[in-house]
Amino acid sequence: MAKLKYTPLNLARWIVWGSTALVMIVLPLVFTEGFTLTLMSQIGIGIIFALSYNMLLGQGGMLSFGHAVYSGLGAYFAAHALNFISKGSLVLPVALLPLIGGLAGLLFGVIFGYVTTKKSGTTFAMISLGIGEMVAACSLMFPGFFGGEAGITTNRVTGQPFLGITYGPAIQVYYLIVGWALVCMAAMFAWTQTPLGRMANAVRDNPERAAFIGYDTHMVRFLTLVLSAFFAGIAGGLSCINYEIVTAENVGALRSASVLIATFIGGAGFFFGPIIGTIVFFVMFTAVGAVTQAWLFYTGLLFLIMVLYAPGGFASLILMHVPVMKARLMRRLWLPYAAAAATGLVLLAGLVTVVEITYRYTLEASTAPAMKLFGFEFNVTDTLPWAVGFGLLTGGFIVSLLAWKAVGRAWGDIIHIMQQHSA
Amino acid sequence: MSSAIELKGVTKSFGNTAIIRGVDLAIPQGERHAIIGPNGAGKSTLFNLISGRYPVSGGDILLNGESVTGLRPFEINRKGLSRSFQVTNIFQRMSVFENIRCAVLWSLGYKYSFWHRLGGLKDANLRAEEVMEAIGLKRRRDTFAGVLTYAEQRALEIGVTIAGGAEVILLDEPTAGMSRSETADAVELIRKVSQRKTLIMVEHDMGVVFNLADRISVLVYGEIIASDVPQNIRGNQAVQEAYLGTEGGA
Repeated sequence: MAKLKYTPLNLARWIVWGSTALVMIVLPLVFTEGFTLTLMSQIGIGIIFALSYNMLLGQGGMLSFGHAVYSGLGAYFAAHALNFISKGSLVLPVALLPLIGGLAGLLFGVIFGYVTTKKSGTTFAMISLGIGEMVAACSLMFPGFFGGEAGITTNRVTGQPFLGITYGPAIQVYYLIVGWALVCMAAMFAWTQTPLGRMANAVRDNPERAAFIGYDTHMVRFLTLVLSAFFAGIAGGLSCINYEIVTAENVGALRSASVLIATFIGGAGFFFGPIIGTIVFFVMFTAVGAVTQAWLFYTGLLFLIMVLYAPGGFASLILMHVPVMKARLMRRLWLPYAAAAATGLVLLAGLVTVVEITYRYTLEASTAPAMKLFGFEFNVTDTLPWAVGFGLLTGGFIVSLLAWKAVGRAWGDIIHIMQQHSA
Repeated sequence: MSSAIELKGVTKSFGNTAIIRGVDLAIPQGERHAIIGPNGAGKSTLFNLISGRYPVSGGDILLNGESVTGLRPFEINRKGLSRSFQVTNIFQRMSVFENIRCAVLWSLGYKYSFWHRLGGLKDANLRAEEVMEAIGLKRRRDTFAGVLTYAEQRALEIGVTIAGGAEVILLDEPTAGMSRSETADAVELIRKVSQRKTLIMVEHDMGVVFNLADRISVLVYGEIIASDVPQNIRGNQAVQEAYLGTEGGA
């Protein structure tokens, strides 16, 4: 059993936070293309959003299907505030605009949260879905506030530049996002170490016991949701600055589903899980989305595989190797892992081939049957690419099964050895 | 001396079935009181009524002279009543230390605070260490509650119950399922943690009951047929017929 020791100045923790900050600051100097800056800005905002979502899902055990309500309404309020700033009827530095988003998120957290958090479990999930749909419908019913289908456009370059910072260039916005992301990450981590944060875990695990040690479980869930909505609103405010437009999409079900998927893929059971999940999700979205329309299909497939085979997310997959590394047994895993990776690539190549030619065949077979994949040019109306695709898929599947059996055996041996050592 | 707990004509029905049929009981402050009775007599139901887990169908329950009828469990707990459960009811995914620290937070006034750092709460951490010492789980401080042995989990159940410093403690079958030596340890633990407090317990083990209790109430079919000091209960004809007789020389 791992011993968790409390030390006032946890050195490892400072190293982790310090290097995270350093990476976020240095990254734009390494990747200088506009494309990567856009991606990194999205990830920065997404991390705040996903961590706020995980206050509910991971720490509070509340499965929400409507978290975009809080980030989206935060974004709308921030957009209106920014337009007021431009008109001169509001004085506020643009850098503090996310705070408007956060306060709006908090306000709606108080209004909606009181109802949603009355019950936990399935009831909570259903009500969150209902409120999400309700707000999405309102976005079209009240065009004055929501701007109808076109949404609300705004301009982040306003007021006097401060030390030459106008937030015109994307790099300045990126650093604003980094600043907010670091503050929010630290604040949300700190929250997990407070009485309310711990009682959120307690209410998640055993609401009845929590009640019999003096806690109103409704109040614990409610306050957790309100704080979570505050951070979601900050993410919304940042997205308003970043995109200079807020539309109904910002409060929509797709956005709510995305944050659920990203959080789950990363690992809801760990504080840093949603950070990994957000990076994976946006790389899928941007990098894979740039080359294929089928990116959502691949994301869905990844989600499915994670739910079935790694419900603890990438975070748990990483952490399960820590004791193996400590026991110096990793060498037993390299060979099976290499085999699994190689066979997995064959399977993936087959899958991608079949999916891509299917997309092209069903959507554009008559107009553009010629396509290029993995450097090969062919017509989707020919038989050969289909045969190759299904061949790779089937062959890859069979060899993958064998490789995963080897992985399973290696893990079995390792667990056996570690148990003998501890006994 | 005023009563820590007083029940006045308390009834409870589930549908048409009356489980508790008019219970009157006054337990003075500082008494160790045991409730015994055959299976299905309604002992656990009575506990669930007193602690607010179920609402009463009729009657009144007073805690230190103040009515707590209709209050919810967390409200009753804040007024100084804490209970344990027959089936261990702890935070399985938290360490022993975290379990107990959670249980002291409200009583020390930290409530829903998100502006205190748990690691910096000297009083809460100290109190948690004291309780761990008292229940003999100091060595298991950082072990997850879910992987403790059964007897250790039962001890933790008592620890979580008493940690908040409640004046009135309800223990629901604290020694159920324990071996003889584990039971002896549990009796000593209960004696220690209930000093200067009011203790009410439901218990099947007559050795434990006669060893610990100042007074015993016998509950049969939702009614208290006798409430007296142990030696009088032992000699009570009605009790022997209704209860002790059925379990022989237990």
